[in-house]
Amino acid sequence: MKRSGPVLKLAAPMRLLAQRTAFLGLVGLAAGLMVLGKAEAPFIERGRMLVADAVVPLLDAAARPVHTANEFADNVRGLLAVHAENVRLREQNNMLMHWQQVARNLEAENRALRDTVRASTEASFTFVTARVVADAGGAFVRSVLIAAGARDGIAKGHTALSPDGLVGRVGEVGERSARVLLLTDLNSHVPVMIEGSRDRAIIDGDNSDLPRLVFLSSGARPQLGDRIVTSGHGGVFPPGLPVGVVVQNGEQGVRVKPYVDFHRLDYLRVVDYGTGGTLPMAAPPPQTRRGR
Amino acid sequence: MVVAALAQLDRLVKRALPAALSVLIVALSVVPVPIPEYAVLAPNFALMSVFYWTVHRPDLFPAWGVFLIGLFADALSGGLVGLSAFVLLLVHATIMSQHKVFRGKAFWLVWLAFVIVAFGAQLLGAALGFAFRGGLPGWPIWLSQFALTIALYPALAALLGRIQRLFLSGS
Repeated sequence: MKRSGPVLKLAAPMRLLAQRTAFLGLVGLAAGLMVLGKAEAPFIERGRMLVADAVVPLLDAAARPVHTANEFADNVRGLLAVHAENVRLREQNNMLMHWQQVARNLEAENRALRDTVRASTEASFTFVTARVVADAGGAFVRSVLIAAGARDGIAKGHTALSPDGLVGRVGEVGERSARVLLLTDLNSHVPVMIEGSRDRAIIDGDNSDLPRLVFLSSGARPQLGDRIVTSGHGGVFPPGLPVGVVVQNGEQGVRVKPYVDFHRLDYLRVVDYGTGGTLPMAAPPPQTRRGR
Repeated sequence: MVVAALAQLDRLVKRALPAALSVLIVALSVVPVPIPEYAVLAPNFALMSVFYWTVHRPDLFPAWGVFLIGLFADALSGGLVGLSAFVLLLVHATIMSQHKVFRGKAFWLVWLAFVIVAFGAQLLGAALGFAFRGGLPGWPIWLSQFALTIALYPALAALLGRIQRLFLSGS
């Protein structure tokens, strides 16, 4: 049925007006969300993790072929260099056998000394291994999404490690996904120390690949090549986790190259050291799981 | 009866296709790829998709769809929630206001328009990110991300064009 006359004449401008109002409403809503996000409103975080929870199965499925292709490429590379790799591993094995002996001696000595001073034994910890399924920070955020969440025992503030060293800490937790804030993120501040001198400092991310060492204790003289480990201060991370190595010490400040290659994160080990930390902990009963 | 229901379903699927494809593109764009710096330099696929559908099928791509795609992108990236939604809505409105200009134009002209829009969008994104989060990305990162976004647009546009011809040509 064809409509005409005054109704149609009125309907078109009304529709345009409604569309414009709706558009302005949406723009205002987006701006409002940014302001609330800046104020760290809890419902924003919950909403974000609800979306992550919903998409994680899809991301996990999409990430699998990429992981498999990666492993395949590594295998091919390994096969091509098998002889050289064998020689290298034999040499490394000889060296490690020596270090194993040293470690055993030290362990025995340590136990004896602990017995002497009646020191309490270190707390045990539990961990969950989870696959990295999203790595999307853009230029402003350095974080990854992992396919394990509160139902696997992960809670805010838990430590994320790779075989090479400290990756970061869990910043947001959903039911089956969690977001790990990387060491290089602008909002990451980790208390560390220089391994040899035990001088304390904070390692501050600035979204670049080389985080800065700031608040160095007075008199500290970091040298290129110095190993940086967590100091355990602040209670978020336990002491002694390998962080990186000093690679710059000049006008740009002291810069540290993390041991972890953040571009090749496949699996992370999320550890509950039971440190509690300075972050609010919504703690479900932790459970141990090896491999997912 | 059944035919009518199927026709209704067909219409619904077609109406939802641009938004659903955009959501899928955004989701797949965050899958970790073992390329150094990829996560930092990752091109803005959400912008590409929103631009394409607003230019070619604005009737199937309402502002609220753009808003939801933006929120989805922000939720996945861990960035400031609302930032992408805000920027993409402005991109959507800009293209809608110039819609007649794009009609029937050669691809390179549309691409040129994308370059200008992407430049503005990325500049606005960086300014908002700085205002709300602090810390500006270095200009090499900013420039590389922009260059990748405009360089990959023709490939994505070709793919989406094929899908459009396959599924949406009659509607």
